[in-house]
Amino acid sequence: MKFTLSWLKDHLDTDASVEEIAETLTDLGLEVEEVVNPADRLSAFTLAKVKTAEQHPDADRLRVCTVETEDGDKQIVCGAPNARAGITVVLAKPGDYVPGIEVTLSVGKIRGVESHGMMASERELELSDEHTGIIELPSGEVGEKFIDWLAANDPAKVDPVIEIAITPNRPDALGVRGIARDLAARGLGTLKPAPEAKVEGTFDSPIGVTIDEDTQGDDGCYIFQGRLIRGVKNGPSPAWLQQRLMAIGLRPISALVDITNFFTYDQNRPLHVFDADKVTGSLRIHKTTGGEELLALDERTYTFEPGMVVISDDESVESIAGIMGGEETGCTEETVNVFLEAAVWEPIQIARTGRALKINSDARYRNERGIDPAFNPVAIELATQMILDLCGGEPSNVVTAGAVPDTDRAYKLDTDRCSSLVGMDIPADEQRASLEALGFVMEGDMAHVPSWRPDVLGEADLVEEVARIASLTKLEGKPMARASTGVPKPVLTPMQVRENTARRTAAALGYNECVTYSFIDAEAATLFGGGDAATMLENPISSEMSHMRPDLLPGLLQAAARNQARGFMDLALFEVGATWHGGEPEEQRLAVSGVMIGATGPKDVHGASRPVDLFDAKADAEALLAAMGAPAKVQVLRGAEGWWHPGRHGKICLGPKKVLGVFGELHPKVLAEMDVKGPAVAFTLFPEEIPMPRKSNATRPALTISDLQPVERDFAFVVDKDVEALTLVNAAAGADKTLIEDVRVFDEFTGGALGEAGQKSLAITVRLQPTDKTLKEKEIEAVAAKIVEKVQKATGGTLRS
Amino acid sequence: MDDLRQKYLDLVAGAADEATLEDIRLQAVGKKGEVALKMRELGKMTPEERQIMGPKLNALKDEINAALAAKKAALADAALEERLRGEWLDVTLPARSRRLGTIHPVSQVTEEVTTIFADMGFAVAEGPQIEDDFHNFDALNIPPHHPARQEHDTFFMHRDEGDDRPPHVLRTHTSPVQIRAMLKQGAPLRVIAPGRVYRSDYDQTHTPMFHQVEGLAIDRDISMANLKWTLEEFCRAFFEVDEVELRFRASHFPFTEPSAEVDLRCSWENGQLKVGQGDDWMEILGSGMVHPKVLDASGVDSTQWQGFAFGIGIDRLAMLKYGIPDLRAFFDSDLRWLRHYGFAALDMPTMRGGLTR
Repeated sequence: MKFTLSWLKDHLDTDASVEEIAETLTDLGLEVEEVVNPADRLSAFTLAKVKTAEQHPDADRLRVCTVETEDGDKQIVCGAPNARAGITVVLAKPGDYVPGIEVTLSVGKIRGVESHGMMASERELELSDEHTGIIELPSGEVGEKFIDWLAANDPAKVDPVIEIAITPNRPDALGVRGIARDLAARGLGTLKPAPEAKVEGTFDSPIGVTIDEDTQGDDGCYIFQGRLIRGVKNGPSPAWLQQRLMAIGLRPISALVDITNFFTYDQNRPLHVFDADKVTGSLRIHKTTGGEELLALDERTYTFEPGMVVISDDESVESIAGIMGGEETGCTEETVNVFLEAAVWEPIQIARTGRALKINSDARYRNERGIDPAFNPVAIELATQMILDLCGGEPSNVVTAGAVPDTDRAYKLDTDRCSSLVGMDIPADEQRASLEALGFVMEGDMAHVPSWRPDVLGEADLVEEVARIASLTKLEGKPMARASTGVPKPVLTPMQVRENTARRTAAALGYNECVTYSFIDAEAATLFGGGDAATMLENPISSEMSHMRPDLLPGLLQAAARNQARGFMDLALFEVGATWHGGEPEEQRLAVSGVMIGATGPKDVHGASRPVDLFDAKADAEALLAAMGAPAKVQVLRGAEGWWHPGRHGKICLGPKKVLGVFGELHPKVLAEMDVKGPAVAFTLFPEEIPMPRKSNATRPALTISDLQPVERDFAFVVDKDVEALTLVNAAAGADKTLIEDVRVFDEFTGGALGEAGQKSLAITVRLQPTDKTLKEKEIEAVAAKIVEKVQKATGGTLRS
Repeated sequence: MDDLRQKYLDLVAGAADEATLEDIRLQAVGKKGEVALKMRELGKMTPEERQIMGPKLNALKDEINAALAAKKAALADAALEERLRGEWLDVTLPARSRRLGTIHPVSQVTEEVTTIFADMGFAVAEGPQIEDDFHNFDALNIPPHHPARQEHDTFFMHRDEGDDRPPHVLRTHTSPVQIRAMLKQGAPLRVIAPGRVYRSDYDQTHTPMFHQVEGLAIDRDISMANLKWTLEEFCRAFFEVDEVELRFRASHFPFTEPSAEVDLRCSWENGQLKVGQGDDWMEILGSGMVHPKVLDASGVDSTQWQGFAFGIGIDRLAMLKYGIPDLRAFFDSDLRWLRHYGFAALDMPTMRGGLTR
């Protein structure tokens, strides 16, 4: 919402400076976005007088002038046809910035003659589009500042423009008068009396108005008033009106249209004018049946869906009610008979229709936020008066359909509430005075809400108004006691702690944390098991962000590809965050993923750098799971989703259905599709799948350690190539559960004759820990034999000779 | 005797290696050494003479043995020193490389914020990022077709043909977590809710996804003055300064009443933010007293309970505190950015140790 200072002063009697006003508006909740003071860019220019004007020796159209300035006589070359001796002009001196031509002047030579500045046209100073000659002022002294002259003689030209952001609850502040009312309530001036008019009609309007029964009141239109004014003379509106509209960025069109725009901004009162000669018969407000079309004032054709409220004449739809008029019946310079409309529409209907038709007009903006319904009969009189004043003509009686809706409601003003809710102590009479200044009518404790404040709907709103006018700047902080005394309890849930632990652990393992977008492109989503309609956005910001991510890996792989393109080939990235397997709120799942690509580090003198492999990913996955409290004993199964290398991945499970996470190498085809230069290893873990510990107290189980010497024995087995080490280890460990403390694989050999025979050798170290007496060789051999037997039974392997 | 002593001590002192020492030992105190021979002579002496010479000879033997041992150790030390001299390495060579992981500023700042509010007794509440109409809008006093809805630049989830439920949305703010927390736990209540939120907006200063933290405190007599104090305390702790000054400005949010935008006194010098001093005011958050309709929609009796709510941008807090210029870079995962603006794994913000190093 934009307005000028002088426009504000139509409604507010104040001496406050524009800075004070701007500060106060922001404090009142009408946040100032910008103040543009035209005086700022004109402040350099002064008045001067042309003493002589001679023909330029080398140019027919140029004159060499002697100009009397505050710095003495100066020679200025000028091309304007009206440059002549005796006129008072506006001088721009060397060093001055001329806004209209975006040039900082310097002393120059024009066709061989020196020129010390320029005499400006209105366009050069951005005062108007006028550029047929330089400005000639009817008065003024040499050396006088041009802005001072303007302020005295043509104040509109140096009128500061204030732009404020209006929150949706304050439609009343979409009119200059509403803004003035807020300022007056704060005490920054006095609200001037409301303008009044009462124009008697001299005949009955030949155009009648009806509202269909299914469109009345809450169903579409509360009241529609109209009046014919015949014999008007439309044309450009007067300069003051044009200037006002231009100052706030509106294009003057014609007097009749400009008048409607004036009321839109002056009192938040959208109006419409029909060219009465183009209206066939009478006007009918009704709902569309669907399929009707209208060429609107924005020169676009709209097709209506069923149930939109429109205004039709006897032939066709002529206006989209409360949103935009039709081109056909719009007023032009030739209009002589005009039908003026002032109506109150149901706001939700306006919002719905406006959104469906994608029209953003000033009228829609205001009508959907809510205009003052009680002002309707007044507005039609004021607008008629203005039309008569500017265009002449003869008014009909007012035709009315519907009635002004009753918005009267009252809430109890509890003057203690301000103290208990806001924490500000404001005297009761001041509270009442604030409300009255805003237009509330006090009846005892009851505050009747003014018709222009649809947002006030309860007692809390009264407190808000009182506090707002008193100024929240004055609010002082008051300590809030803790909810409980003593040492505070921890506030994080175990899952929140688990999430933090995962994040810190991953970083400690050398991964860089990424935060990638939750939405990714359809192709990437599809590669990772998503990309379906349920997880699709209806209105994505781009096709790169169309689906909720089914997994964290695609986002991390895209990040990896971007980093590879920047020349970073060794990467370890991770993310902790939500993934989605459906479009319902509960179909969200927490995941922890890491991706590693390239080498373990840069090549170095120690030869320590090597390509990362899936066992790096496995180690990190295990470390993270352990940190998050997963049990040490897990199963490693195969058969994870298709984005993993089919033979190089494992699912870390507690039983076949309880998957804690997956690690492995990523499928080369998926990497290629994601433009990642592989190979790449990764893991994805699901913290919510890890069982919560049954924590009764912090006590650890007792530590049992033996003083007896443990014994280690190595075994090498020849097994078939596809026998998994874990099977062998578990078999060996099962040979004597009390004596065998640990079984570790320390070698795998697949080469030579073994490899050709489809076999491999797996070597294990078994650690025996006696508990009551030192082991004798015979006992050790007995266990060894049992181990060999168990392994053979489980894997078909034999002891390697 | 003294000659003997001197002779061997000199020999020991002059020995160059262990083999020579062994020869000297045999010569002196070996079974057939000079000292042993002397000892054999003891038998021929008178008891009186033996009384004197016996101990002397023993002492001589001990002394020579000690000298031998000392020399042996000295020779070993010299040999070791000699070996070590040859084992010189260029210690300026780089160490074996170790990857250094980092924590993203969004995570770090989220932890800082939760740490501060945890100290003030606020728990951490959570809610889904795909939200229904009720939690994201209706319950927050934003009815359908309210202009405030349009201002949210909402992302809608797809609905299949024939599914006439209002479409789910990507939550446009963390405020729906207020509703979920109140419905679940009732009053009194103190929670914050950090998390991802979404708005359909992308330019210099906006990304379609960003992070907010919601705060909610409900009790019998919590006032807006308590809100101001809470936020002042938060800002003081978060920006790690002794004094802060906040300014409340009237504003409007459908879910609070009264509502206030909150500005922080600060100064900008050479792109550096200084909090608590200067003549600038920077808008940092929106807040207000929870609207009675919101309380009622969340099953909390608005005639018995009242309280405040606020919402702060986490990414923005990170940018302000750590001088990070561009929001869009937060989500680009540029390794150089992650390393530069990231935090070490063990840089955990605590109240006892401070939020930052």
